[in-house]
Amino acid sequence: MTRADFRLSVGGRIDRDRLVGFSFDGERYSGFAGDTLASALLANGVRLVGRSFKYHRPRGVVTDGVEEPNALVQLGAGAIGEPNARATQVEIHDGLTAASQNRWPNVRFDVGAVNGHLSALLPAGFYYKTFMWPGKWWMKYEYFIRRAAGLGRAPTGPDPEIYDKSWAHCDVLVVGAGPTGLTAAHAAGRTGARVLVVDERPEPGGHLLGTRRTINDAPAGEWVSAMVSELADMDEVRILSRATALGYYDHNSLTVLERRTDHLPYGERGGRVRQRLWKVRAKQVVLATGAHERPLVFRNNDRPGVMLASAAQSYVNRYAVRPGTAAVVFTNNDSAYDPALDLADAGLRVTVVDVRTELSDLRRAQLRRRGIELLAGHAIISVRGAKAVTGVSVASLTAAATGYTGTSRRIRCDLVCMSGGWNPAIHLFSQSGGRLAFDEARGVFVPGEVRQAQFSVGGCNGTGVLAFALSEGREAGKSAAAACGFRMRGGTALPRVDVVEEVPIRLFWTVPPRHPDRRLDKHFVDFQNDVTAADIALAAREGYRSVEHLKRYTTTGMGTDQGKTSNVNALAILSETLGADIAATGTTTFRPPYTPVTFGALAGRDVGELSDPVRTTPMHRWHVQQGATFEDVGQWKRPWYYPRDGESMREAVDRECLAARNAVGILDASTLGKIDVQGPDAAEFLDRIYTNGWKRLEVGRCRYGLMCTEDGMVFDDGVTLRLGDHHYLVHTTSGNAARVLGWMEEWLQTEWPELRVYCTSVTEQTATASISGPFARRLLAALTTDIDLDRDAFPFMHWRDGHVAGLPARVARVSFTGESSFEVSVPAGYGLSLWTALMHAGQRYGITPYGTEAMHVLRAERGFIIAGQDTDGTVTPIDLGMEWIVSRRKDFIGRRSLDRADTVRDDRKQLVGLLTERSEDVLPEGGQIVERVTALPMRMIGHVTSSYYSANLGHSIALALVRGGRSRHGEQVMVPLERSVMSARITEPGFFDPEGARAHD
Amino acid sequence: MLLIECPWCGFREESEFRCGGEAHIVRPLDSESLSDAEWADYLFMRTNPKGRHRERWVHEHGCRRWFNVERDTVTHEILAVYRMGEHPPAEPATGGRRR
Amino acid sequence: MRYSILSLARNALTRHEHWPAAWRSPEPKQSYDVIIVGGGGHGLATAYYLAARHGVRNVAVLEKGWLGGGNTGRNTTIIRSNYLWDESAHLYEHSLKLYEGLSRELNFNIMLSQRGVLNLAHNLHDMRELARRVSANRLNGIDSEVLTPARIKAMVPILNTSPKVRYPVLGASLQRRGGVARHDAVAWGFARGADARGVDIIQNCEVTGIRQRDGVVEGVETSRGYIQARKVGVVVAGHASVLAAMAGFRLPIDSHPLQALVSEPIKPIHHSVVMSNAVHVYVSQSDKGELVIGAGIDGYNSYAQHGSFPVIEDQMGALVELFPIFSRLKMLRHWAGIVDTCPDASPIISKTPVKHLYFNCGWGTGGFKATPGSGWVFAHTIAHDAPHALNAAFTLDRFTSGALVDEHGAAAVAH
Repeated sequence: MTRADFRLSVGGRIDRDRLVGFSFDGERYSGFAGDTLASALLANGVRLVGRSFKYHRPRGVVTDGVEEPNALVQLGAGAIGEPNARATQVEIHDGLTAASQNRWPNVRFDVGAVNGHLSALLPAGFYYKTFMWPGKWWMKYEYFIRRAAGLGRAPTGPDPEIYDKSWAHCDVLVVGAGPTGLTAAHAAGRTGARVLVVDERPEPGGHLLGTRRTINDAPAGEWVSAMVSELADMDEVRILSRATALGYYDHNSLTVLERRTDHLPYGERGGRVRQRLWKVRAKQVVLATGAHERPLVFRNNDRPGVMLASAAQSYVNRYAVRPGTAAVVFTNNDSAYDPALDLADAGLRVTVVDVRTELSDLRRAQLRRRGIELLAGHAIISVRGAKAVTGVSVASLTAAATGYTGTSRRIRCDLVCMSGGWNPAIHLFSQSGGRLAFDEARGVFVPGEVRQAQFSVGGCNGTGVLAFALSEGREAGKSAAAACGFRMRGGTALPRVDVVEEVPIRLFWTVPPRHPDRRLDKHFVDFQNDVTAADIALAAREGYRSVEHLKRYTTTGMGTDQGKTSNVNALAILSETLGADIAATGTTTFRPPYTPVTFGALAGRDVGELSDPVRTTPMHRWHVQQGATFEDVGQWKRPWYYPRDGESMREAVDRECLAARNAVGILDASTLGKIDVQGPDAAEFLDRIYTNGWKRLEVGRCRYGLMCTEDGMVFDDGVTLRLGDHHYLVHTTSGNAARVLGWMEEWLQTEWPELRVYCTSVTEQTATASISGPFARRLLAALTTDIDLDRDAFPFMHWRDGHVAGLPARVARVSFTGESSFEVSVPAGYGLSLWTALMHAGQRYGITPYGTEAMHVLRAERGFIIAGQDTDGTVTPIDLGMEWIVSRRKDFIGRRSLDRADTVRDDRKQLVGLLTERSEDVLPEGGQIVERVTALPMRMIGHVTSSYYSANLGHSIALALVRGGRSRHGEQVMVPLERSVMSARITEPGFFDPEGARAHD
Repeated sequence: MLLIECPWCGFREESEFRCGGEAHIVRPLDSESLSDAEWADYLFMRTNPKGRHRERWVHEHGCRRWFNVERDTVTHEILAVYRMGEHPPAEPATGGRRR
Repeated sequence: MRYSILSLARNALTRHEHWPAAWRSPEPKQSYDVIIVGGGGHGLATAYYLAARHGVRNVAVLEKGWLGGGNTGRNTTIIRSNYLWDESAHLYEHSLKLYEGLSRELNFNIMLSQRGVLNLAHNLHDMRELARRVSANRLNGIDSEVLTPARIKAMVPILNTSPKVRYPVLGASLQRRGGVARHDAVAWGFARGADARGVDIIQNCEVTGIRQRDGVVEGVETSRGYIQARKVGVVVAGHASVLAAMAGFRLPIDSHPLQALVSEPIKPIHHSVVMSNAVHVYVSQSDKGELVIGAGIDGYNSYAQHGSFPVIEDQMGALVELFPIFSRLKMLRHWAGIVDTCPDASPIISKTPVKHLYFNCGWGTGGFKATPGSGWVFAHTIAHDAPHALNAAFTLDRFTSGALVDEHGAAAVAH
């Protein structure tokens, strides 16, 4: 088979010296640098590029840009596969592989096309009306529906490419580098303002470069080049190409996606950032986003070979491609005439079908000169051909354009160019909160009330005439710069452009069917989602009359093109059906992004190792070397346990627990939150934050404290040291340190600004090793000379400053294990030295490092709670049996809440201990507790909060919250498991050394 | 993405801040004398207006200072920024206790 | 006209020109027995059950915009009942059971797809909470199980279960009966069902005031005039405080944006629903092929129906970390709904200080799954002027007594 060559021999903005090889659906093709996949395929005569979503109808290229609904392709394969790429925006490069989507087995023969033959049964919303029988069968139907739906395929492996983000702050952001945007940027840039220009195409110039317009009597491209080079000379002006403004958010912030390597051969991308998400904050924004041509809605207007008139023109002029050999141009406005002339001059046989009867002499003369037949007052009734256009039927419209006069006529052609007018690209304007106004005469939505510091100019402002657009651009550029304090020095003349007088558009939303009773079920409005004019009428008839209902019921505008070509047509047809004004029917919200954006770009670098910081203690390296298993506690990595060769977790934890009670254990306690609280009112402040009192705590002593939220629920706990008259060191739980500091600051700054108190986080400044067990004192004695460790000289809950292992240290006699313990804190940089010194000196005492698991067991043996484990935000200090720590003599955060009707109930869930009937049974943490096992649902009276096997006690232990638990000591309860039930007895929460004598030792 | 003017640091991105909810809710001093309903009103009930809202923000990833913002909850326009203890600009001083 | 494959075929013969409107668009009457303010799923369900179960048919639903235009049409359509506390579990389970029969009850396919909901745990604390919730669910008769990473991998092969990631997946809870449904269809189905039973559904009718005399409600002022009512039920997610202010009281509610997004449609790749509280993301794939993704709420009060972009960025970082193969997929749309959050992440379905005025609000991030159950109990509350056993715990009084139902853990979304 010889390949058709549709490339023109001259012209275009392609680089004919650089041949590019690519493949599509397994066939190899070539194009030129500067081609898009769409233009290269058209140049190779490939028209059929995909299948539609619902009916799997054959589809071809409709547009030459961002609004493309049909030509969606799968790029690449494997981990670098990319579904749903718009062929009209994909720049070809050597080695590019592309494939059509949503077809099986191939795009020419697609089994799914059977849906098209069943289309009479599948009107809009059919699925709401059926698939309900038999009762549970929906998921069986759904299986097939899901397989038929979707478009491209997800990659098969993790993305090897990288993405990043950047901020940009500018005076003026210009979105769009078409002629209007360039003029605005130039006017603003001249003043010295910092200007950022973003444009989605590979080169500035916009739609202009797809035409043969002249500026200053020369091809427009020359003017564009001159403007770009002048802008490049301005120090504060920056142009980003291949950069699409995606979203317009609050306070003039916008997101822009810059595609940096997608146009390069795969081999040249390595290590470079694939896409960059710019977060722009602009003082002023100039939107010059242009307009999108509107399709006309006629029978079989979706056949491959039907495209927008401007797109056909662009393929001829920008890419030097003939999109066909014989064209019928179907229009309701003047903008399709230049494309018709350009197609004729490129050698196509052209016929113009215009629904209007009044046309300008100039246009008639231009056509006549080229021998183009003009059928005024006519319409295309239907397009012929299935996988490619083979011709059209046309007929003369009645005056009211509701039917036809005379007979229809067939015209052979392989290209149909349509123009239904232009829709301003108001997406960003709408996202910015601006209100849209409807221009009845031209049938377009234009920017109305502006809500942010912004201008809309040119095509997106509904200004189609180039001369006026340039003028708007210049004024907006000047005004935007002026609003930022930059004034133009002298004026600039606008370039000379031709102004052609235009005959007004004739709004024409649906081409009537040949026979009045024919349905409009092949009149496509939304190409991608296969929504027809008949579907819209049906939705309206069924009561789905709000635009949003229409959208959701028919799925119009919900495709990857986000309705850029379909929304206004759909809305107009709905209005016609309802007999209402378009303005009154309203428009849908434009939701960001303007074009779909990769998840990778949105995630940026916040993945993998950089997904969240890892916090480690100064001793971390040692733990790793010892083979510790780690636990995530907030951002911290904490040793969970230290398994020795072949040890199970249980064996390791048992060993660590036994060592801490019988010899000496050592725990890295550096992660505990530490807040330095200073100031003359520090004691008063702590009195308000904690449930207990602080004023009478002597310097040199420590005290355990509990803090509540204002609704009386336990929030955090820890030991506080009084370092001086006006100086405390507060300890928090490891995971809560930042929250507690924030909490303190909030109260200080917002409620008690009169208190002279200063809070500083010092968690990272110290490293702490906690040694615990009968030999702890002897071990420490071996390493310190200036701290008297005598029981009476240094009693429990006191602290002392001195030296340990030659390091400046603070030693606190506090105990979370219930053993005689010393917490040794040194400046963080000495942490590892301290640790290794203790390990070294401790060898003769059998020193054993223990992790968080053993720490949890040891504290549970004593019945000490862990805030956040034995409490869950619904537990008061009273529920924990900690009345002793709740002062009745002062107010504190949460105090009043403890006296509410529900918080004073006797049958609240209260902390208890549980001992299983069989000593080896370890209750599952989280297990629910019942009085007796019954049929479901069972009445639950509480749950197990902490549960372990205690090697020291030789049986399992648990803590639990049980309804009225404190008056139930001695009662038997059940914990139903998946296949069995465990029985346990309620006890005091505390199983070991209930008097706490050992800690005092 | 709001652009918020911290009274100490100037204009900064929203991501540096955290919103602390409705401002000018004064903690009762004599909570003992309040009924449960009155206490609940302080604890939980919020104005949550559609439109002008006075709220507290903290420059968490900056100077860590709390301040007040008057903001429109429909347009997100920031109408005023003022320090703790200051009166909202639009409102005449009442001499009442504020935070 | 009853919907079925037969009626579809019959209508195909007449080119679908004879389908009746799914609901009428009547002019408001002067007075009703009950006015429901809010034409979202909950309001329409309330009206439906008032008519279908309590014989109260002289009912109007007033909607300021279009039916289902609030959070009903903006949520990520997840349905499950695996809540921690008995009070919530029973309410959401009742709702799930109603969902299971809803397509046939309403003769409208709401496309309930019970593809299973997994809640991931990323640390030991998560695992304990998960075990606690699963245990409670099972004893409440709600299907729930704990999955090991290996079983999670088998169910969701594309999930990154490597132990080497920053926050590895340690386990998950699974509710097999959980899943998704077509959100619009729920609103439309209830609307059609209510309309067929005589309920007047009035769109584009905004309530601007609530009239009362001596503490008893008399009717509502609307953009289409005053309408009398013996009872008024307010179900206006995102605007509850505004309506409460009209009635002269405040609620324990703050309104925040909750954002969601969808990807472009792709061929089936993700079967179940995966939620992760710790890294704030949840994701399912719709029948159309779009990945439907949600995140935690924005931090400030808003009625703007759009949120802040950094929330999307955070969410996508977490998502790509969990599902590395999603990196090259594209976000098609993002949007926000306004959710009314309560201090305990549980709803208010309650009588109010005004007699015969009832509020159903404060569903936070989780209202969609409760739609039929919420309508069921609210209809009962209105019809009997007393809560149903299932919503007795969800009164306004609980904020005074302190008997909160703290579901922050089970809400699965950071509040």
